[in-house]
Amino acid sequence: MENSLNEETSNFCSIIKNIIGKDVVDSKIDFEQFQVMVPAKRIYDVLTILHSNSSFCFDQLMDITAIDYPDLSPRFEIVYLLLSTSTNKRLIVKIKVDEGELVRSCENIYKSANWSEREIWDMFGIFFSGHPDLRRLLTDYGFEGHPLRKDFPLTGRVQVKYDVDQNRVVYEPVKLIQEYRDFDFLSPWETSFSENENNKDSESDQN
Amino acid sequence: MGVETNEGLLSSDQDTILNAAVSDIKNKGFIVASADKLFNWARSGSLWPMSFGLACCAVEMMHAAASRYDMDRYGMLFRPSPRQADVMIVAGTLTNKMAPALRRVYDQMAEPRWVVSMGSCANGGGYYHYSYSVVRGCDRIVPVDVYVPGCPPTAEALIYGLLQLQKKIRRTATIAR
Repeated sequence: MENSLNEETSNFCSIIKNIIGKDVVDSKIDFEQFQVMVPAKRIYDVLTILHSNSSFCFDQLMDITAIDYPDLSPRFEIVYLLLSTSTNKRLIVKIKVDEGELVRSCENIYKSANWSEREIWDMFGIFFSGHPDLRRLLTDYGFEGHPLRKDFPLTGRVQVKYDVDQNRVVYEPVKLIQEYRDFDFLSPWETSFSENENNKDSESDQN
Repeated sequence: MGVETNEGLLSSDQDTILNAAVSDIKNKGFIVASADKLFNWARSGSLWPMSFGLACCAVEMMHAAASRYDMDRYGMLFRPSPRQADVMIVAGTLTNKMAPALRRVYDQMAEPRWVVSMGSCANGGGYYHYSYSVVRGCDRIVPVDVYVPGCPPTAEALIYGLLQLQKKIRRTATIAR
């Protein structure tokens, strides 16, 4: 893998590792993008260093996203997408966060983090400490739950309708007229995947 | 007075009607006509929609209003205020968060008023039918007169829907609505 990379990329990777120093827990190159994993407690310091570094000044935070892995122990992964406009380099910084754990807000390093962190709070319920105004960003006023968590039901818990008696829009529990259809795209003449595999096994046994 | 028959009248026919009306006024001081037809003709000829777009359907709505399809020729002018509008075109996905605002806009419109539901999302939630944040059809919030199917409906489809609304208005036999 390292051999196939050109000199510039490997140079960039080693410089970034040097800049962040001992905070690099893990690093790899995926889809020609260099990404580093850092401890969740250190994210503010790492971003400060990357923002103020003289050789690679990562002056823009393109986006912050999160991923929910319900089976893993630190449940969430937060992904910071950085861009250095002076050198046209991009860097992905990741941290692992568990449910209820506080993450330090990087709003005073990158102003754009304000809404990104609000969106993550809204969608995943990850709390950012030191954020100036951590309200929900996208969902309805008074919305309950965090929709992008894997345990959030697809159709939510409430729906709205206009109530003629009360003269206003009211909330009521979700009632679906037609159940959600799960298309498996299997031919009705074939059995499910696992049974097919079993058949293959038995055939190979016979051979 | 045949208001509904004035399409395709020869000038001589118009003259006879006009002369009859003038002589009626001269002799009796008044003329008899069906007011509901007149009202409906006036209303259907000046349907002013509220310029209110929610999603991509709004782009097709703009196309319908722009020079190629030109809704102006039916007397449909987009109004920036609900108080000046007769029709609300619900053009796009209606979310839970937007629903009270949509209802408020509808409530601010003066009677008589009509609603055109444009596109799959407004008709029944469409692509977002099972979403946690989308209203499964704008008829849960406001009463709808005409549903225009499509995702998004073409500008022609919207114009067709509006012409259907004109027909519906012309069919109404009452003045008050």
